[in-house]
Amino acid sequence: MKPENFVIPTLPQRAPATRLIGGLLLALAAGLLFALGLVLSGMAQPAKVIGFLNLAGLAQGEFPGAWDPSLAFVMGGAVMVTLLAFRLTPARAGQQRRPWFSSRFEWPQQERIDAALLQGAVIFGVGWGLAGYCPGPALATLLVGGRDVWLFVPAMLAGMWLARHTTR
Amino acid sequence: MHPYLSAALGGILIGLASWLLLAGLGRIAGISGITCSALRESGWHAYWRWAFLLGLILGGALFAQWLPVPAQPARAPLLIVAAGLLVGFGSVRGSGCTSGHGVCGLGRRSLRSLVAVLTFMASAFVTVFLTGGLQ
Repeated sequence: MKPENFVIPTLPQRAPATRLIGGLLLALAAGLLFALGLVLSGMAQPAKVIGFLNLAGLAQGEFPGAWDPSLAFVMGGAVMVTLLAFRLTPARAGQQRRPWFSSRFEWPQQERIDAALLQGAVIFGVGWGLAGYCPGPALATLLVGGRDVWLFVPAMLAGMWLARHTTR
Repeated sequence: MHPYLSAALGGILIGLASWLLLAGLGRIAGISGITCSALRESGWHAYWRWAFLLGLILGGALFAQWLPVPAQPARAPLLIVAAGLLVGFGSVRGSGCTSGHGVCGLGRRSLRSLVAVLTFMASAFVTVFLTGGLQ
């Protein structure tokens, strides 16, 4: 995400060691849990993702060809939780209104729907539909996903670099 | 386990992971944003992102030992490289991907994220329709 979309953080230059270590362990745990969710849900399998994106399969018979609604359950389950999370957590984060290991909540301030957003989303969708990988599943299967992931991830990083250096 | 049930449970875990990052660090669990910034930032702003990515990559390898992940037969290299370029470029240009706009953006009721999600879903549906789902 673009840096200007975030509030500039104030704290961590002189964060105490406990907060630093706690924060790193928490980020590691969140990454592990995210990976477990991706693997369990089937999102780590490009064939399942493409099976969901294959709307034409609604009109067809048996798989392959049939539509696979699994991804809707993944999104449904995840968003059910985050709807609660973003409502409850910032409000109940104690008197200081801050996260456990950081000085403040930081999320995108940008709410404008601009051309870059739409262009980016269209381009992202084409790539996602071509291979069935979005960034999370591609990274989560980096060590187990075979040759495709080894090609996809470096290309994705190159694409990110290109977007940074051509659009500003 | 029925595939829809494991899909929903997996989704809930992804949501909980995002909640953990929000409650602990006050951050959005957007994978493209975290990846891109991990490579650009320094100090703490890079460290926590690398810790998250380490968990994601090692976790994926670890849990794939217990949970069946069918092997993905290798597809045309050019197709995969093109897809990777488009996903990387699009996620940065559009300020987010399935996790940042989808899981977190919808969770915080952002209209901007909703528009992004509807746009990339539509774009992906059309792509698969036109290509017939390259597997």
